[in-house]
Amino acid sequence: MKELKKKIAKVFGKKNVSESFDELTLVINSDDVVEVCTQLRDDFNFDILVDLCGVDYLTYGESDWNGNASSSGFGRARQAQKSSNKKEQRFGVVYHLLSVSENQRLRVKALLSSENLMIKSVTKIWNCADWYEREAFDLFGILFENHNDLRRILTDYGFVGHPLRKDFPMIGEVEMRYDEELGRVVYEPVSIEPNINVPRVIRK
Amino acid sequence: MSEIKNYTLNFGPQHPAAHGVLRLILELDGEVVERADPHIGLLHRGTEKLAESKPYNQSIGYMDRLDYVSMMCNEHAYVMGIEKMLGLKIPERAEYIRVMFDEITRIMNHLMWIGTHALDVGAMSVFLYAFRERESLIDCYEAVSGSRMHATYYRPGGVYRDLPDKMPQYLKSKLRSDKKLKEINKNRQGSLLDFIDDFAVNFPKSIQQYSDLLTDNRIWKQRLVNIAIVSADRAKQLGFTGAMLRGSGVEWDIRKNEPYSVYEKLEFDIPVGITGDCYDRYLVRMEEMRQSTRIINQCVAWLKANPGPVMSDDHKVTPPDREAMKDDMESLIHHFKLFTEGFCLPEGESYTAVEAPKGEFGVYLVSDGANKPYRVKIRAPGFPHLASMDEMSKGHMLSDVVTIIGSQDIVFGEVDR
Repeated sequence: MKELKKKIAKVFGKKNVSESFDELTLVINSDDVVEVCTQLRDDFNFDILVDLCGVDYLTYGESDWNGNASSSGFGRARQAQKSSNKKEQRFGVVYHLLSVSENQRLRVKALLSSENLMIKSVTKIWNCADWYEREAFDLFGILFENHNDLRRILTDYGFVGHPLRKDFPMIGEVEMRYDEELGRVVYEPVSIEPNINVPRVIRK
Repeated sequence: MSEIKNYTLNFGPQHPAAHGVLRLILELDGEVVERADPHIGLLHRGTEKLAESKPYNQSIGYMDRLDYVSMMCNEHAYVMGIEKMLGLKIPERAEYIRVMFDEITRIMNHLMWIGTHALDVGAMSVFLYAFRERESLIDCYEAVSGSRMHATYYRPGGVYRDLPDKMPQYLKSKLRSDKKLKEINKNRQGSLLDFIDDFAVNFPKSIQQYSDLLTDNRIWKQRLVNIAIVSADRAKQLGFTGAMLRGSGVEWDIRKNEPYSVYEKLEFDIPVGITGDCYDRYLVRMEEMRQSTRIINQCVAWLKANPGPVMSDDHKVTPPDREAMKDDMESLIHHFKLFTEGFCLPEGESYTAVEAPKGEFGVYLVSDGANKPYRVKIRAPGFPHLASMDEMSKGHMLSDVVTIIGSQDIVFGEVDR
């Protein structure tokens, strides 16, 4: 792995490569994803795209609770706090690559600017990216340029919103029931209250 | 002469051969498939979103419900990811128990697969035989965790408890005679390990039985040979893992290539296919069951000889002893902290994969240092397999679609998450 790290650092710049938990991460500019991935597949033999997923960094490093219970009691952690920070690069796309011949793995991470949620598709490089990109689009609203068939995949037909975004409520936005009078299924705004059983705490 | 047009057929989502809730939109030219468009997500439960809202420990149960025929392998990936980020060492006995149950799970999964696959293709009896054997393995799950399916047996730091000294027995009932009772309890006289040992001795005979029914069966071969051939290059392009990749002739198994747990110390072989058709994938999985039996034998021998702890004694992560809590302040505090707040992972990200029966099951954890994961991405092996449905079924008959679904070994719990 040391060798691979050196090689990748040489080609893509030393400051973009990092190592943690025995895994290599390469951070790239979202504009060159196709060039970098083609190079990784052809020159570094990363022949399998194991996984592709989106990440929403909106509330990264925020906790529901700052550990000071004396001022207003414990009750406030039961409701999620509205995030106030605006991230310049809110979303990320993470690719996990595997090289069967070299027995190596690499994580490639591209951060997207919040204004333009657009990244080039890698379906031409690894065909299996097709459904993964549809999933990232469905759950995060990330758009993949040059993808042939960018439909929703996991959520219901006619679903509104992107459920894995951090500002999408845990309980959802609509609920469904059968209406006797109308004789069909109707959608209504959710009637349940959001609740946090265990507050999110960060301890260093 | 009238012109024959293509037509679309809606397959599922409630079709018995769709292995769950798969909705396939098939474009047919006569009986030949021109295009297949799988619609998934009918079993989407938002596991990843739910996991983000809970402390790490509380999501182990969700992992069982992903691929609900290979429960413990899913747990293994998740728990291993947490341990990796915490830098937690777990007792060797726990590792052996995990590996043994991983292989039991693999056999369980493959028995389910062979049963339903044969049933889809038209052979009823294999299903009945496979489920007979599967029952004993589910009993092992029950003996060790109290639950027949969703075990939640693996925990960060080890396994929930040690293997029981006594295998539970069938009780007297009006429905069975004393003679019958004695017979079915015959291999349950000793400990769980004795029961598993007995199973591992007899199981190769059962595999031979299924093999006798299918391998040289003319109808079976007519339905499977040369159906949905995937070349090694295409298999890699399509992101295949596990038996699907090995069936296409690529020698890749995480247990061998990136050994985790104690797989390094165990002896087993990796079967590899040649042509990459459904029949090769069948042969690979059959051989995998034999190899799993070999691994179980080695684990049983080791576990019998080496008693010891099965849970790490780092009580920041694992619950302290019940008795110690009665008079030890530190244990009490640990217990309280663990069950009200959980433990925090250091900031960072990691991807941990195990060789699940269906392929590579991976968990990508992003932590910002909190007691809940910031993001959990579950890499389900079935997802890219099903995505290749269009390519694999193109040009084949409608009836072959059922063979292909069976051969891909799809379970919707993990595809939809």
